[in-house]
Amino acid sequence: MSVETALLLSMIIPVLGFCGVWALGGAPNAREAATLITGGFTLALTLMVFHTVGNGARPLVELFDVVSGLPIAFRAEPLGAMFAVLASGLWIVNSIYSIGYMRGHNEPHQTRFYMCFTIAIASAIGVAYSANLFTLFLFYEVLTLSTFPLVTHKGDAAARNGGRIYLGILMGTSIGLLLPAVIWTFVIAGTTDFTPGGILSAHVDEMGAVLPILLGLYAFGIGKAALMPIHPWLPNAMVAPTPVSAFLHAVAVVKAGVFSLLKVVVYIFGIDLLTQTGASSLFMWLAAGSIILASAIAMSKDNLKARLAYSTVSQLSYVTLGAMLATSMGVMGGALQIAMHALGKMTLFMCAGAIYVGAHKTLISEMRGLGRVMPFTFGAFFVGAMSIVGLPPLGGSWPKFLLMVGAADAGQLIIIAVLILSSLMNVAYLLSIPVQAFYMAPDTTDDGRPLGANENPGAPKALIQWGALKEAPLLTVAPPVLTAAGAIALFFFANGLYDYLSPILDGAW
Amino acid sequence: MSLIEQLPVLPIIIPLVAAPFCLIIPNGRIAYFYAIAISALTFLSCIGLLHGVAAGGTISYYLGDWAPPLGIEYRIDLANALVLTLISGVAALVIPASYPSIAAEANPKQIPLFYGAMLICMLGLLGVTITGDAFNVFVFLEISSLATYALVALGGRADRRALTASFNYLVMGTLGATFFVIGLGLLYQATGTLNMADIRVQLLENGTNRMVEAGYAFIIIGMGLKAAMFPMHLWLPNAYTYAPSAVSAFIAAASTKVAVYVLIRFTFSVVGADFDFVSAMLSYVLMPLALAGMFFASLVAVFQTDVKRMLAYSSVGQIGYMLLGISLGTEAGLQASIIHIFNHGLMKAALFLSVACVMLRLGVHTVDGFNGLAKRMPFTAAAFIFAGLSLVGVPLTVGFVSKWYLLQAAFEADRAWIAFLIVASSLIAVVYVGRIIELILLREPPEDGPLFRDVDGNPVREAPMVMLVPMWILVLANVYFGLRTDVTADLAGRAAASLIGGQ
Repeated sequence: MSVETALLLSMIIPVLGFCGVWALGGAPNAREAATLITGGFTLALTLMVFHTVGNGARPLVELFDVVSGLPIAFRAEPLGAMFAVLASGLWIVNSIYSIGYMRGHNEPHQTRFYMCFTIAIASAIGVAYSANLFTLFLFYEVLTLSTFPLVTHKGDAAARNGGRIYLGILMGTSIGLLLPAVIWTFVIAGTTDFTPGGILSAHVDEMGAVLPILLGLYAFGIGKAALMPIHPWLPNAMVAPTPVSAFLHAVAVVKAGVFSLLKVVVYIFGIDLLTQTGASSLFMWLAAGSIILASAIAMSKDNLKARLAYSTVSQLSYVTLGAMLATSMGVMGGALQIAMHALGKMTLFMCAGAIYVGAHKTLISEMRGLGRVMPFTFGAFFVGAMSIVGLPPLGGSWPKFLLMVGAADAGQLIIIAVLILSSLMNVAYLLSIPVQAFYMAPDTTDDGRPLGANENPGAPKALIQWGALKEAPLLTVAPPVLTAAGAIALFFFANGLYDYLSPILDGAW
Repeated sequence: MSLIEQLPVLPIIIPLVAAPFCLIIPNGRIAYFYAIAISALTFLSCIGLLHGVAAGGTISYYLGDWAPPLGIEYRIDLANALVLTLISGVAALVIPASYPSIAAEANPKQIPLFYGAMLICMLGLLGVTITGDAFNVFVFLEISSLATYALVALGGRADRRALTASFNYLVMGTLGATFFVIGLGLLYQATGTLNMADIRVQLLENGTNRMVEAGYAFIIIGMGLKAAMFPMHLWLPNAYTYAPSAVSAFIAAASTKVAVYVLIRFTFSVVGADFDFVSAMLSYVLMPLALAGMFFASLVAVFQTDVKRMLAYSSVGQIGYMLLGISLGTEAGLQASIIHIFNHGLMKAALFLSVACVMLRLGVHTVDGFNGLAKRMPFTAAAFIFAGLSLVGVPLTVGFVSKWYLLQAAFEADRAWIAFLIVASSLIAVVYVGRIIELILLREPPEDGPLFRDVDGNPVREAPMVMLVPMWILVLANVYFGLRTDVTADLAGRAAASLIGGQ
């Protein structure tokens, strides 16, 4: 099988999986098997592409022109190959987790749930491999639409409201800002192909003030990157079941956003162009502000998922910051942050879901002492939080380090201070959760029973109970432990990933 | 004389000869099959014409072999071949879907008359489009308009308001036609000819004068009324809302588009945008009105509780896009406009047909009927959602292609601010379409009350196959032409080039 075929199949297989899940909707076990088998094949295909790209190939597949001069085309390059592997790999982990969560929680409409996931993953891979802005926009929109039913899964008033904001902001920014930006780029440069070194540098003289405006259209138009003040869709998307938050709103959707932004900066504008013109400095400060402000908001949230959501807003702006620093180290830091944050944040979200399934708690203030009964969950949470903060020996430390180097290269000392301050804030609002869970005694009610001990309506059947342990079902605990282990492993393999990604800064494919 | 040489006259002759026979058909069902056959034949001949024009260039046909400028000439180039295909194609899909709907909404005795009127309406619209003779445009315009007034009034059995809507339309439509014919009179006075191409030749030779300018102004106002150009759209919302559902689907997709086509024809190939007064009209009259219509009508659409009325206001807004493309005065703008004429016909036909399905089962076309529709009538609901997304301009649909070309035309004309106004107004479409989609997907169907069961008191079923199949053909056309634009965009591009190049 040629790598071009693999590239196309990696998007077609999930669509076949969609049909499979639909057809097997009546038999839950077979349906979940279909999801997992689809995930396995997709991962194998994206790994094959990843491997070939690592050997220096840049496979290109052109389908057909939709608008004259603008084909639907795919090209695998290191950044996209990494994102595709990340998305398809974590999809499998998340599918396993979903099985535990959705069944443990007796959620309705599970077939629709898994069907929408397959389309979301196909479009995320489409975003990853897109060879031009046009294709990217296409899959970006499909990703928004396919995740809408997932966000509104519960179907109640809160879900409707969240879904309205989700779709309103994401569609509003993409149609209102991103689409004109893409067309404007096409009119100026005559192409929207992602090209090493960028396509706009040849037209810099005729652009003038249009250049920063265009960059702004991309920075805010790619709403999935959640740069403040475009972020409210993300906290509102938390009405979704936790697997959706864990995978889509920590990995696939948000990372598709910052990935697109990084790709636009590297392959459309070109770092050199931004360095020369200084067009990106305003957005660098906006990203820095977003990092601090979102962290500050996160500190004020007692709802665990809300806190994690604002933490995600903050962490996504690291990637934006890396891109807008317009230095090679900044871009590398942003690229690594995509992978590292995905693992760390997904761990945290899955733990949040496990806590909800196992102990029915959503508020952080009620989780004191809970670590003693759910040690695996909170252990994984601890590791994930350390990775987000950026402490060694966890993968999350490398992007923070590279970003600081990038900021130093750009001569932006205040940015370094921002990064340090942000990490300290992360310590305060993320690490405090497992610490409280392990070291503080649980709150008790007036008659001395632990608070909430018997307030467990609809308790799932398959709790792990062993002595004082009362963990969530195995399928919801094992996946976060796995990703936490992955976060540790990535600390040691970061060098390989760095070498793999470094060709994105070259002047040619 | 082989039949193929007579192809250009077939789209007119077939329905013209066939329609009166509907009067003597005693049974509605027979009339239905008869109309299907006629509309299909007409569609085939239009396809043949499109094919012939795309391959061999402009076709000129002398009616009765009387050579122009004295005789009437049918002149088919790419621009009108595309519109002909759209009109006859929509008719060939709406007529097969119409029977259950019209049988429920209209007096059974009038069904043969309904099909006769449909055929005459189609014939009139085709005639307006195909002819190269300016006065002939007026004749066919009146034929189609009179048929449309009758068709709208047929809705009077289900809702008496259809009668006032039809009367309003008649008054406004007649005003428009009168303005148009006064304009023609002035042009005739100034040039001494009624053949479109010949008017252009005379104007280029002798230059313009006040009479030509006044004539052109009358034509713009007259056609603006027919096209529901803001603020002359007041007849449209009621006519679309209270007409029988199948009629709404057809006239929403076809009739205003024809008026826009006539505007294009008179602006670019009869008078010509190279005259200063024409380009001034484009920049200072058409563009502001187009922009105002895009925003005003879309905003009004957001607040409608009747889905047909919402779609009607949306049509006024969408016509704003077509006029905006024209008003740019560039080849790219004209191309975008022609593409949108075609694409918008596809979207609106599908949307109105899905409302017709809801109307058939639930007897209402208000938003209440759409609560939980995904659970009750999944195929109808899915069709509405896809066509609605196309209206919003989501990628992989024709709406996206339209918007892409329009935005590109605005940027190429160095008018970035217009591009942002376009996307801003299309965000309003996100709101009014999203509102209905939310009802369809996220609300529960009513548990009791009047809409719990269908009009016959049975549990609500999916719409009948004869309606679903044509509707889904239209929906799939929305997707197909959203992916493969070689038919629409390329032909529209060549059409625009020849229209502008004709100067």
